[in-house]
Amino acid sequence: MPPTPPDPRGKVYAKIPDRGPGGFDGQLLAFAEELREEGMAVGTSELLDAFAALNEVSWTVQQDFKEALATTLAKSPDDRRTFELVFERFFFRAAEAEAARQEISEAPAGQAGAQGLDVDLDALRRQIAAALQEGSEAAMRDLARLAIAAFGRGEGSGVLGVDVQRIRRALGLRTEPQPDLPPDDPRRDGVPRDQLRRFEQHLRRELERGLIERTSSLPPKRPLTELDRALPTGPIQDLAAVHRVVAQLKRRLATQGHELKGRKRHAHVDVRRTMRASLQTGGVPIELRYRPRRPRRPEIFVLCDVSTSVTSASTFFLSVLHALHDSFRKLRSFVFIERISEVTEVFERERDFRAASEAVSRDAGVADISGYTDYGRVWTEFLALIEDELHPRATVIVLGDARTNGRPPRDDVFAAITARAGRTFWLNPEPRLYWNYGDSVISAYAAHCTAFECWRTDQLEDFVKALTQPVDVRS
Amino acid sequence: MAEDPDDEAEHHDGHEGVQLGLLGGEGEEHDKGTLYLRFVSHAAPSPSPNSVDEVAAGLREVGYLPGESTALVSFLATKLGKPVLVEGPAGVGKTELAKALAKYLERTLVRLQCYEGLDEAKALYEWNYRKQLLRIQTESGEAGWQDVQDDIFGEEFLLPRPLMTAIASAEPVVLLIDEIDKTDQEFEAMLLELLSDFQISIPELGRIEARTQPVVLLTSNNTRELTEALKRRCLYLWLDYPELEHELQIVRLHSPELDEDVARKLVEIVNQVRDLDLRKPPSIAESIDWARALILLGATEIDAETFKQTMSVIVKHRTDLDTVAARVGVKLEPAADASNAA
Repeated sequence: MPPTPPDPRGKVYAKIPDRGPGGFDGQLLAFAEELREEGMAVGTSELLDAFAALNEVSWTVQQDFKEALATTLAKSPDDRRTFELVFERFFFRAAEAEAARQEISEAPAGQAGAQGLDVDLDALRRQIAAALQEGSEAAMRDLARLAIAAFGRGEGSGVLGVDVQRIRRALGLRTEPQPDLPPDDPRRDGVPRDQLRRFEQHLRRELERGLIERTSSLPPKRPLTELDRALPTGPIQDLAAVHRVVAQLKRRLATQGHELKGRKRHAHVDVRRTMRASLQTGGVPIELRYRPRRPRRPEIFVLCDVSTSVTSASTFFLSVLHALHDSFRKLRSFVFIERISEVTEVFERERDFRAASEAVSRDAGVADISGYTDYGRVWTEFLALIEDELHPRATVIVLGDARTNGRPPRDDVFAAITARAGRTFWLNPEPRLYWNYGDSVISAYAAHCTAFECWRTDQLEDFVKALTQPVDVRS
Repeated sequence: MAEDPDDEAEHHDGHEGVQLGLLGGEGEEHDKGTLYLRFVSHAAPSPSPNSVDEVAAGLREVGYLPGESTALVSFLATKLGKPVLVEGPAGVGKTELAKALAKYLERTLVRLQCYEGLDEAKALYEWNYRKQLLRIQTESGEAGWQDVQDDIFGEEFLLPRPLMTAIASAEPVVLLIDEIDKTDQEFEAMLLELLSDFQISIPELGRIEARTQPVVLLTSNNTRELTEALKRRCLYLWLDYPELEHELQIVRLHSPELDEDVARKLVEIVNQVRDLDLRKPPSIAESIDWARALILLGATEIDAETFKQTMSVIVKHRTDLDTVAARVGVKLEPAADASNAA
């Protein structure tokens, strides 16, 4: 393969890499490698399957090609989503790199710019908005190119995200209604959010294409962010999604114990049942019967912050609380803001979540004057309430953001609680990034317990796994 | 509406039809020998598809409208001989896919319904110990130890269960392992041998290998994470609630008597209901049921009144009923005239 000719304009990024070895197979392996980089477990056997599958389908139909790879490589809904994103990114870049290598370029669209193009800008704006309402993918792509030609201003700022947003603003596309526009304008009622996001993706892609063509170099690939990766219903603000996950969690918790039963058979022979079984064999105990292993169903104390700083999260927490109530032998729940109040009864009485959360906000009486959380006071009250009932087999779970509003954290009292309880977990609804900033004192508490970041449903699952894991009893 | 495929081709848990025979190594050391099934092929060759479109058309013909990836994965399953793991919410047609595939491929459907505590004896095979006991008693005395032992661990005393039936069948079958997530991990591990090599090891007999390659479908409601080992051996298919147009086609297919406009409205409402925060969102099966209910009622329009009367077909929880009535029911026009009351 001849080396790429030197580019007089200089390189913005690394030059187009040489094609990897192995032609198409090599490309697929590189693709699998990218999937692995994004955290998918792609094994060799899966790759072999993918190759076998590709033998059976036509490569020229993109849909079939993609589905054949997806069905062999992505084995869960989450993986499937990651796969889609990586597939887009990888094959787009591969195609562009190949085009640059062979020096194929489209008509000099990059130079056309705003001045060379004679379009009615206002008509274009409306056309794009209309296409967004209808949601036609092909029309969106074409219009994205037109929009770049009209508003892109040649080279752009060099940062794709900035250019995308500039063009979007120039087009006057917003998700919220714009009542000052004329009534026949399709933008008047606002543009559907996910459509706008798709259009932005088209813009970004076309801009990237132009950039690669202009500079004949490949910008570094953008790793997937958490936001990309999360399923559209991922964030906990979506209450319906929370309920689905919690329901799932409940079922998982229900099966968890049974899983444990088979794992380690320890040698507690059940004499009575062995004797009874031996009657069948004339009194000879041929078959030993063992005492079944009881799954760990810990005694749990849950403390849930319901103050305004965690409003969105407290609904989440309360529904989790609610779900947990069925799954543990003994669970006592408390809510707190400035004071603490036991709500175990409410949850035992109310099977319906909505009614339960209403009852809690009505009857608990946990806000005093300010409505700000006072952790120090809460710990003291809690300890006074249940000091005698805490024991090494008990688990304490605190749900809260550890923002003390400048009041003393009293981590010494908290330490006293954790010392009495067997295990203590802290669930913080804030991303780890914000911990210990401002009035957050999570580190003071985290020294005495295991703190979990818990603002996405999958993090909640991690926590439940940790909770239900059998632990070695402390010495 | 009797053309529901539920009745036929269900669960061949029978004791008939399985013949095992030793081709080689008869006698002393059959512990190590591989068992082959007596190959008695007298069936007409079942169709073997050559392209994705063929599968899609075939499935459509037997009354199953496959989505984009469903046809492709089914096609790959027949071609590659790999099991398919189908996941998705309840009622999106996972089990129905297996039935349709069996019908299209003109194969028998062998179904194993999984549940907690399912074990080998219920899934694979069991020794018919009563018969063995009888055998021992009739022979007591004269026969030697070895003879009796060889005898009572023969095929005659084997009770095949669904998995064994599927493996041992002379003609290729479709094997449906339904709700695999209900079983425990040990059972999953036991399946591995079957799924990757299509063989079963019986300690007393040896290995039983399949002569024909079954199409295997496993379904899961995702109540627990399946093991990596199992997933690795399967093709993966995620079935979700279908797009509006697709669901409309399905409803139209199953109840063609329903007016097109009504059907469209029905599907739109079902889609709205699914977006609500419900305990159990309506499935495709429930959309179809609702369509049938509307036909029976002779409804020509879904207005607020009809919706209130028939809502319970798609919503099955008391609290859900309230939510749906408050969020969706009020948006419909009130009954125009009383003529369409049941």
